[in-house]
Amino acid sequence: MRREVPLVLTAIVGLTMIVSHFIPPFNILKDLFEDWFFIIAAFAIYLGVLNLLRVNADKLYKKKPDAPFGLVVILGFLLITIPGLFFSGGRSFSDPGTPFYYLYIHVYYPLSATMFALLAFFVASASYRAFRARNVEATMLLVAAFILMLGRVPIGDWMTAWLPEGYRLGEWADWIMDFPQTAGQKAIMIGIALGVVSSALRVILGLERAYMGGE
Amino acid sequence: MNQENMQEEKSFWEKLLAIDRRIIFLFIIVAIALPLFFKVSMRIPVTPVAEGTYQAIENLPAGSKVLASFDYDPGSMPELQPMAEAFFRHAFRNDLKVVIMGLWPQGPLQANIALEEVFQDEDVKAKNLQYGVDYVNLGFTAGNEVVIDRMGHSFEESYPRDGQGTPLSEIPLMRGVRNYDNVDLIFNLSAGYPGTQEWVQYAVDVFHVKLAAGNTAVQAPAMYPYVQTGQLSGVLGGMKGGAEYETLLGIPGRAVRYMFSQAIAHAVICLFIIIGNLAFFSMRKRRAS
Repeated sequence: MRREVPLVLTAIVGLTMIVSHFIPPFNILKDLFEDWFFIIAAFAIYLGVLNLLRVNADKLYKKKPDAPFGLVVILGFLLITIPGLFFSGGRSFSDPGTPFYYLYIHVYYPLSATMFALLAFFVASASYRAFRARNVEATMLLVAAFILMLGRVPIGDWMTAWLPEGYRLGEWADWIMDFPQTAGQKAIMIGIALGVVSSALRVILGLERAYMGGE
Repeated sequence: MNQENMQEEKSFWEKLLAIDRRIIFLFIIVAIALPLFFKVSMRIPVTPVAEGTYQAIENLPAGSKVLASFDYDPGSMPELQPMAEAFFRHAFRNDLKVVIMGLWPQGPLQANIALEEVFQDEDVKAKNLQYGVDYVNLGFTAGNEVVIDRMGHSFEESYPRDGQGTPLSEIPLMRGVRNYDNVDLIFNLSAGYPGTQEWVQYAVDVFHVKLAAGNTAVQAPAMYPYVQTGQLSGVLGGMKGGAEYETLLGIPGRAVRYMFSQAIAHAVICLFIIIGNLAFFSMRKRRAS
């Protein structure tokens, strides 16, 4: 029963969602299942929070080597959560002027932006070491990347200002984006869509059971 | 070239290839930070995809309602926040009514930050905008694309109250707004999932609502097919897209200012790639000989 019940539930919900798109009366069931989804999604947030605390508290309790990071996670969590829940005016916690907003602007905001900004450095280092014109395909990729990197910023047009309009680097970059890039994206999208349809059918028919944690 | 010189040159290229990455980091930080201290005005050419977004908003008559979904977090702030500010300036200048929401928890907060910035403008101050009348922030709701789908039937099912806890029925701006039929445009700022792709698939394709978007530079190329098919009015791609939008709007802001920095950083990365390839070919030639 532990296997059969989830399989039957998945099949019913999956088929209902497909059928309701074509037969409107089934929308009643679809709405019901979506309500369930909202409730599960809301509980998943609480579950995630509890799991985060449990995993990191466990690190501290067992004095694992990365225990200091666990402490930082727990303290960070409490630092944001307590002012947000108890000292920021309830539902209007995210309004300018509240302690939560202050912490968001002065702690979370710069930390999050910094993490993402580090990418620029790693991309630069990786480009230097790995971007090589080893063969024809790699050379084509390199040339396209070059045109885009310079053509998407004003410096590209400035460097090729001596060329007649229509032949400047910015226009080459636009052409790459509009035609080869878009054609490639379309092919990828169609491939993904077909893959999603086949995976969904396998899940609905019970052939794909990995989501239940086995097989 | 004698043997000694060859040995010397070889060691030079080898050294160059094995350069400490911290030196590269140093060049990049200088390339990014130094231009920020200079006020250089660069011509920003406008692409048709960016103009599509601008025109979608510009062509709305005064009083039109725009649903703005902020689906990003501070990690994408440098690219998307200038777009958010430009969008609010554009919308308020044209007397549009803005309904803000977020599929990412941080999204509605990002909208508040952009609003705070825009409210400093004299032009916007003069409009004396009222919360609940000219704009409203519905906040965040968990559920990703299911939220988009449910809003097609009823906004109230996904957002019974706004971010401050006021029931939607008591907000003047939301009176008469039941679903997508009652909004004139959706404007989406997105940094990933859920984002513009989900808005196209669940709102545009199913409920035939008009959509314009702003995306991170990484995500924007995936939106070009939707622009070509007309499912998306236009897309602003990365900081360049933000700069194009500000240029079209005639209000140069942070994106235009930061473009010089980005241009120099790109040029430095290109220079590193050239040096890396010169070293690679030089060593390959030497090995072959």
